[in-house]
This record gives sequence, C-alpha cells and structure tokens, in this order.
Amino acid sequence: MITAGFLRAKWGNIPGRERGEAECMRIALFVTCLADTLYPDVGRATVALLERLGHQVDFPAAQACCGQMHVNTGYQREALPLIRRHVAVFEEHDVVVVPSGSCAGSIRHQHAEVARRLGDERLARRAEAVAARTFELSELLTDVLGVEDVGAYYPHRVTYHPTCHSLRVLRVGDRPLRLLRHVAGLDLVELPDADVCCGFGGTFAVKNADTSTAMLADKMRNVLGTGAQACTAGDSSCLMHIGGGLSRLRAGVKTIHLAQVLASTRAGER
Amino acid sequence: MTFLGLPQAPRGVGHLRGSEPFPAAARRALADSQLRANLGRATATIRAKRAAVVAEVPDWEQLRDAGAAIKARTMAGLDGYLEQLEAQVSARGGTVHWARDAIEANQIVTGLVRAAGATEAVKVKSLVTDEIGLNEALAAAGIQAFETDLAELIVQLGRDWPSHILVPAIHRNRAEIRQIFLREMDGVDPGLTDDPAALAEAARVYLRRKFLSARVGISGANFAVAQTGTLCVVESEGNGRMCLTLPDTLITVMGIEKLIPTWADLGVFLQLLPRSSTGERMNPYTSMWTGVTPGDGPQDFHLVLLDNGRTAALASAAGRSALHCIRCSACLNVCPVYERAGGHAYGSVYPGPIGAVLSPQLTGVQDNASLPYASSLCGACYDVCPVKIDIPSILVDLRARHVEERRREHVLPGPEAVTMAAAAWVMAGGVRYPAAQRAAGAGRLLGRQGRIRRLPPPLSAWTSARDAPAPPAQSFRQWWAKREAGQREAGQGGTGHGGSGRRGAGRRGDRA
Repeated sequence: MITAGFLRAKWGNIPGRERGEAECMRIALFVTCLADTLYPDVGRATVALLERLGHQVDFPAAQACCGQMHVNTGYQREALPLIRRHVAVFEEHDVVVVPSGSCAGSIRHQHAEVARRLGDERLARRAEAVAARTFELSELLTDVLGVEDVGAYYPHRVTYHPTCHSLRVLRVGDRPLRLLRHVAGLDLVELPDADVCCGFGGTFAVKNADTSTAMLADKMRNVLGTGAQACTAGDSSCLMHIGGGLSRLRAGVKTIHLAQVLASTRAGER
Repeated sequence: MTFLGLPQAPRGVGHLRGSEPFPAAARRALADSQLRANLGRATATIRAKRAAVVAEVPDWEQLRDAGAAIKARTMAGLDGYLEQLEAQVSARGGTVHWARDAIEANQIVTGLVRAAGATEAVKVKSLVTDEIGLNEALAAAGIQAFETDLAELIVQLGRDWPSHILVPAIHRNRAEIRQIFLREMDGVDPGLTDDPAALAEAARVYLRRKFLSARVGISGANFAVAQTGTLCVVESEGNGRMCLTLPDTLITVMGIEKLIPTWADLGVFLQLLPRSSTGERMNPYTSMWTGVTPGDGPQDFHLVLLDNGRTAALASAAGRSALHCIRCSACLNVCPVYERAGGHAYGSVYPGPIGAVLSPQLTGVQDNASLPYASSLCGACYDVCPVKIDIPSILVDLRARHVEERRREHVLPGPEAVTMAAAAWVMAGGVRYPAAQRAAGAGRLLGRQGRIRRLPPPLSAWTSARDAPAPPAQSFRQWWAKREAGQREAGQGGTGHGGSGRRGAGRRGDRA
C-alpha cells in the first residue's frame, strides 16, 4: 500500500529538492460534487494554490460524487455505482487531493467497506489502492508536499473549526493550524469547544433539523465570541451549515474554506 | 427482521421502544430550558473530570485495546463461557436461570420473590431490570420494588424514567428533587431544604428502613467471571452493598454479554470503568460475591441470565461489538446530540450513542428506526469508548439495514429513496451530472446576494434556520473547461503549470 511516508521517501531522492518540499508533482483534483456545484471558488483556490507551489493539477472530468451521503443515509446499493465510478476515474492517478475532510474520509474508510459488504471484493481492493493515494488538502500539503508555509497572505482575524471527519476520521491533527500559522497577516484566534460537532452531519441536518440547529447555535456562539471576521474549515459542507446560520443572523462573520485562505496572496483574496 | 430466527426483545413489555420517533421527542426536549441547562452543566462537568483522569494513565490506549480484545474473545466463545459460569455458580450454591426474553425473566423473578414469601424487594443496579420492565411486572403481582440507588430513587418517586445510564436523574436539579421528596417520601421532614446534604440524609433515613426490613434484594451486575462464578457490582453510595448483603434472598438479573472469561480480565475493566464513567481513579464500592457463603450474606442466590435480543445482535458481524459495552456512559457525556436532546428522546433505557446502536439491535431496527439517524456521525463517542466500540460505523450499518429491510417489505421507494436513487443515477452517469448541474444553476433565480432564504420541503428543514447558498453562475467544471480551452488556444498552457497539453503525463505508471 502506498502511504504518505512512502511517497515522501520516494520524492526525497529527487535532487535539487529544497526545504523538504517536493519537486513538481502531478496531482489529480477530486473537487467533490458540493464544491463543484455550489462552491467552485474552493476548487479554483485549490488549483491556484497547488500551481503556485509549482505543481501540476489534473481535473479528471469524469469524476462525480464519492457517495458519502448515500452511504451515511443507508443507501449503500445506490452508492456502489458512484464508488465504482470514483475508483475507475482516479485509479490511474498517482496522487489525489480532496479539499474536504469528510469526502476524503469516505474514500478512505467507506469505499472498500461498502464494496465488500455488497460482495465486490475486487472493487474493494481497487478502492483501497485509490484510498491510499488520496489526501485531504492539509495532509497533501504537509505530508506529501512537505510544506507548511505556502506563501499566503490573508490579513484578517480568523478562527478555525476542525470539522469532525478531518479530526476523528482522518486524524489530520494540527496540520491545518500549522498551515494557518504561517499565513502572513493572519490573526489566528482559538475557537472554544472547537472539537464539538457543528451539527451538520449530512442528512442529519434535515432529518433532525431541530437538534442540528441547537448544535449550530452553540457553534455560532463560540465563533462570534472569538471576535473573528472569518471562520475557516476544511469542509465546504460544515461551512455551508455554519455560514448559512451566520448569514441568517446577519452576523457579519464570513465562512471561508481553508483552500481559499491558503490561496490568498498580496495580489488578491480568493 | 430477525437473524437466523433468533428472538428479539418482545413488544409490549420493558423499555426499549419510545412512543414517538427521535426527532419529535428531541424537539420537545430542546424547548425545555431547564433540561438544557441541567444537561449542559452536568455533562460538561463529567466530561472534564473524565478527560483529566484518563490523561493520567500513560497506557490508556493499551488498556482500551485490552478491553476490546477481552470482549471480542468473550463474544466469540460466549456459549462455552456461559456454561462455565453456570457450572461455577451452581457449584457454589447459587441457582442459574435462563431467560429467553423480558417476559420469561419477569416471570422467573416474580416466582422467586413469591417463593421467598415477600411482598417487597430492594433493588440496585437496575438498568437491565428497567430494560425488561420488572418493577411493573412485580407490581402486577402485588410486589412492591424499592429503588435504592439515590438517582434511581429520585426517578422512581418522581414516576419518571431514567435519562442517563450512570446518572439516571441527570435531568433533575435539586429544587425539583426536593419537591419530589416532599410529595412522595413517607415520613419526610416537611422542613426539608434543597441542600444536597439534607436531600441525601432524607434519602438515607428513608432507605435504611427498607434495607432492614426487606427479605429480597434484586440487582443487576457489572461483570460476571466465568472462571470463578463471581458476580461484581460497582457503585458509589454503599446502598448497593446493603442490597447485596442484607436480604436473605438475592436475585441478580444479568444480560448474557456482561460475562468476562477470567478473574485477571476483571482488572482491566476495573481500571477502565471508573475513569470512563464517573471520572474517578477507583470505584468507591466494589462488591463481589460467589454463590452462597454459609452464615454470611444472602443464603439463597439466583442468577437470571437474560437474552432479550442479545443473541440476535451477536449474529451481526457489523453490529455485535455494541454488546461489548460496559455501561460507562462516556459516550453520552461527550455526545453533542445527547447533551441537547437528553436521554428521554431516545425512548429506551439505553440512551445516547450506545443506545442508538443497542436498542435497535435488541428490538429489531424496524421498532427503533429513527435511532440510527439520531447522530451527526461526529465520532466523539468512538474516541472516548473504553472498549473501542466503533459506534459511527454501526450507526451507518444500521441505517443500511433499515433501508434494505424497507426495500424488502416494499415500503420503499418513498420520497427519500427516490431522491437518493435519482441523485445516484445522475452522478454515476457520464454527461447526466454536468447537465443536472446546469439545470441546478437555474436555482440562482431563487437567491438574493448569493443566499436562498426559503426552500420547499424537505429542504425547508434546512432553511428554517439557515440560509442556503444560491448556485453560482459557473460550476467548477465549467470554469475548468473554459480555462483548458483558453490554454489550448494560447498554445503552450497559459499558467505555466496547469497545462493540459500533456494530459496523461503523471498518471500511474508514468514514473516507472
């Protein structure tokens, strides 16, 4: 199985590599159906960021959805063709980046399991191979590309919500915070109870709208308490939920994806 | 659905099923500001205590691994271990009874109390007897049961239901408790204040009379050691020890999954349990007994081994680890859904994340269909579980079982299934997805300044409290296609790096 450590070791031998940063790589972008359809700026920022760091980005146009919503709502049979498609599209790529902790989590922890549950062992093995080469954005930057200072500039007071699947499924730890701490001009303020779920949870937000909203209320209270101008995270879905609540309150605090913060430079914000 | 025809917890008896689905029950609980305050304060306090004492243990992760491994081993050989336990308990003067379900267990216990000639019984560790509705069954037979755990007593006197595994009265504050005591407790001092010490003293005086007069004690159990036939109850008040030692007859009702193979295994759990549950380093009162000791303690000991859906749960590879639970309730205290909705919303004596995976397996998913969805899958429960039960994965599996079951029964397709199937059809089929995306772009017309304030059902559940984003003028893939076209026109790839001219380079195998 190819792991981040394996990749690092592999590129470690490339001559001329400086400050632990990888040489030009070709990276396939799985933009996620949500960002593709509703938050294209997140995909554009991911492309701009990786290109600025000297890498090449591919966007396999046949990609669609990882199927996480189907799996997490109980519709595994419907998810299977989506998983099959995802695997077919990405198995020919060396490295895949996903600007979403929960979609990356689904690829890594659900695809093979669902395939196996539905009796397709061959697909399960192929899915495992794709999963091993798939990285959430902050993982790709710190583990594979070996960079923490991406040369970003974002002169605002920002708080970071770690999102549950980044934190507890992928275990990204403080990788996003390490990246944010290197952003010039950025005033990073700690979010109280940061590791508590914002209440999104996919279809949970609709099936259990009242409980979801109660969780959101506490998350917003904590965000507003920091005095931050922006709340950032590695998942467009959680940000859609938090941002939708803040917008409804006319709170004047915006939500912005981590990719957009990291892609911002003195020349312009994303 | 039953697995291999194994019996599940029967309907109409016990407390594993709610009267309404979780979202409706939660909605009412969320509106109760007193409940929200009580729960928020109590869970925050116990979360902090647990985190502090767990952090003291350098080999905590290894302990969790050990706990999980012991439980997995126990479940794999449960039949043999149960027979070993039966042999050991019998050899030491106890009597073992096998109860297929709640109805049988209630009949057995009622018969035993009658045989002892008693009309009263004192109780402790009552979770499993609440599961089977024993108190109601005893009452129907003219036998009065007295709960002796302070919180269980509060719940019983308040004609209420437990809302937490460890702190059954977590939803009550001391002012409410004072009211309940004044109203329900025989011989209580009418000048009772809501000072915690005064409330505890009132309960102590009341309970002491019961302990001294009761001829039958009824308990649950935390552990049973197959190797020695030893039963173990852990508690914090000492009331349990009186229940377990003062009456002539002791009847212990235990779920078959509470078994552990050896005496040495107990050491692992007596480290894991107190730190996970009460946030204590060591449990205050740990009572252990093996059969009957002549001249000391109960002279008549009965162990009722309860299935009530457990064997059926054991048959599911994905769900059986829910039976590893040692009822510490760490998952409740850390769960953001439990903290807001409270225990009653789950409709079962087993609330919170563990309840959401346990109750539907004991009753069959169809009887607790809303519980697997009563979670945002945030995973906090899995992180704190002392025996590493992967609750989020079991929830996802139960959701799949529920959908499959409804499909078999031709309840599906409902609106949700149609939506899911349509979304999958669109996403999995080449050009259909970009086309649908373009169509969704028309949704822009619903929005103002990029926001949509109201959507039709079922998405109105979203916009009731949150704005929705209006679809942008251009999807990412449209932007990308335009950029590629622009770069092709410019010849050599305008941005220098994002060039599409060398498409295929860098794919797998190129580097080899």
